[in-house]
Amino acid sequence: MLWHLVKRTAFYLLVVFIVVISVFPFYYAILTSFKSGTALFEINYWPTSFSLQNYTQVLTTGSFPRNLANSLLIATVVVAISLLLAVTASFALSRVRFRGRSTLLLMILAVSMFPQIAVLAGLFELIRFFGIFNTPFALIFAYMIFTLPFTVWILTTFMRDLPIEIEEAAIVDGASPWVIVTKVFMPLMWPALVTTGLLAFIAAWNEFLFALTFTSSNATRTVPVAIALLSGATQYEIPWGNIMAASVIVTVPLVVLVLIFQRKIISGLTAGGVKG
Amino acid sequence: MAVAQSADSDEVSAGSDLFRQRIRSAWLFLAPMLIVLALVAGWPLLRSIYFSFTNASLTNLDAAQWVGFENYFSMTTLKSGRVLYDGLLVDPLWWGSVWNTVRFTIVSVTLETIFGMVVALVLNAEFRGRGFVRAAILVPWAIPTIVSAKMWAWMLNDQFGIINDILLNLGLISQKIAWTANPDTAMIAVLIVDIWKTTPFMALLILAGLQMIPGDIYEAAKIDGVHPVKVFWKVTLPLVRPALMVAVIFRMLDALRIFDLIYVLTANNAQTKTMSVFARENLFDFDKFAYGSAASTMLFLILTLITIVYIIVGKVNFEGGR
Repeated sequence: MLWHLVKRTAFYLLVVFIVVISVFPFYYAILTSFKSGTALFEINYWPTSFSLQNYTQVLTTGSFPRNLANSLLIATVVVAISLLLAVTASFALSRVRFRGRSTLLLMILAVSMFPQIAVLAGLFELIRFFGIFNTPFALIFAYMIFTLPFTVWILTTFMRDLPIEIEEAAIVDGASPWVIVTKVFMPLMWPALVTTGLLAFIAAWNEFLFALTFTSSNATRTVPVAIALLSGATQYEIPWGNIMAASVIVTVPLVVLVLIFQRKIISGLTAGGVKG
Repeated sequence: MAVAQSADSDEVSAGSDLFRQRIRSAWLFLAPMLIVLALVAGWPLLRSIYFSFTNASLTNLDAAQWVGFENYFSMTTLKSGRVLYDGLLVDPLWWGSVWNTVRFTIVSVTLETIFGMVVALVLNAEFRGRGFVRAAILVPWAIPTIVSAKMWAWMLNDQFGIINDILLNLGLISQKIAWTANPDTAMIAVLIVDIWKTTPFMALLILAGLQMIPGDIYEAAKIDGVHPVKVFWKVTLPLVRPALMVAVIFRMLDALRIFDLIYVLTANNAQTKTMSVFARENLFDFDKFAYGSAASTMLFLILTLITIVYIIVGKVNFEGGR
C-alpha cells in the first residue's frame, strides 16, 4: 500500500516536472515582457510589476507591425497555394493506380527531408532571375519546397482511407475526376485540410533561413528575422524587454491555435512526420 | 455464349478506356505540383551543385567559370618543391563544422528519444489531467525556433539570467556562467534549447506508436506476472520500434541541417558552427559563393548517405509511423 502511494506520488511529480519544463520558458518570456526599466534586470519568479511599455514600443516604433503584416500575408498565401496544388495531386496519388506512383511518393518524401541549405545557392540565382528578390513573392515561392511535400503526403494518406464506394457511385453517374475531387472529396476533406493548412501556416510563419537570405530591408522582413535582428539604441545594448514583447506577440496566436486544434495537429504530425 | 463473350470484352474495353482516362487526368492533376517542386527544389539543387564546380562569386553569378574540383580539393606545387593543398576537403574549419554537427546530432537525438519515450509512456498511462499535459507539451513545439532561441538566450544570460540564479540558489554552481559565449558551454546551451523544443515532437510520434499496441498484450503480461521493466524491453520496445525508427530519422535529418537556433543563440562561436552555418556564411557573408556551394553540396551528400544507410540498416518502413 505504501509502495503504491510512493509510486503514485513519483508519477505525479514526473507529470508536474514535464508540465513545468514545457511551459516555464514561455511563462518567463511573458513575465519579462511586462517589465520595464530596471525591473527587467531583477530576477523574479512571479509577476511583480505590470507595464505595457515594451509592447507599445515594439508596435509603434520601427518596422515590427510591417513585419507582422508580411508574415501574415506570406503564410496565408503559402497555405492557399500549397493546399490548392496538393489536393489535386494527392487525389491522383491516392485514388488512381498508375506506374511510378510509389516512386513519386518516395520522391516527395525525400524532398520533405531536404536540407534547405542545399538549394540555397540555386534558389538565390532563380529568385534574382525572376526579379523577385527582396519581395514577399520570393518567400512565397521558396516556402513551397517544404509546405508542398508534407501537404501532399498528409492529404494522400488521408484520402487513401476514404471508402471507395463514394467514388464508385460518382463514376457510375459519369462524374469526371475534377468533379469527383471538388464535389465528392472536398466536403469530406475539411478536417484534413484544416490540419495541413495549420501545419503549413506554422511552418511558413516560423521559417528563418530563406527569410534571412531572400529579403534585405526592414520593410520586407518577416517576424522571425525581425526578432533575430532586433537591436537597441546602441550596439551593445540588447533590448530584452522589446524582444520578449515581440516574441510573445508572434507566439500567442500560434499557441492558441495549437491548443484549439490540438487533436487535429497531433494526428497531422504523426501522419506526416513534419519537422518539429 | 458468343453474346456473353462480346459483352465481357465490351466491359473490359470500356473499363480500360475509363482507366486510361483516369490515368491521363491523374497526371494532369499532378502536373502543377510537380512543376512547382521541380522549379523550387530540383533545378536549384542542380544549380547549387553546378556552382560548386565553378568560381562563381555573389556579385557576378553569370561570369561563373568551370573550375572542376578546385573548390573541393586542389594541389599546387611551388617552385621550392613544396606542395600546397587547398579546398573544402582539407579545410579544418569545414571538418570542424562537420564534427560539431555530428556531435550535436548524436547527443540531441539520443536524449530526445529517451525523454520523448518517457513523456510518451506518461501520456500513454491513464490519469487525471492527461489532456492538460498533452496540451502543455505542445507549447514548446508551437513556439517558433527563433523565439525559443531568444527566450532561452535571455534565461541563459550570464548576468540577469534565471538559469544561473536557479543553479546558484540550488548550490549547483559557484559562479555565474556565460552559457552562450563560453566555448565550453555553448554547445550545451544549444543542446538544452533543441532538446526542450523538439522532445514533444518525438513524444507525440512515439505515443502514436504506443497507442497502436493492443491492450490485451499488457493484460496477458500482467496475468503472467511479468515485471513491468521486462514488459517494456520485451513487449513495448519491439512493438513501438517501427514508429520510433521513423521518428528518429526525421529528427536526425532535422538536426543535421540545423541552422536558425545556432545562428541566433551562439552566433560566431566556433564550437557550435554547423555545416549549414558554415555553408551560408561562405555563400553570403564571405563572398565565397562557389566554396559555399561546395559545402552545401557536401552537406547534401552526407545527409543522403546517412539516410540511405539508416533506411537499409534499420529496415525503416515509413508506413509504420502512422
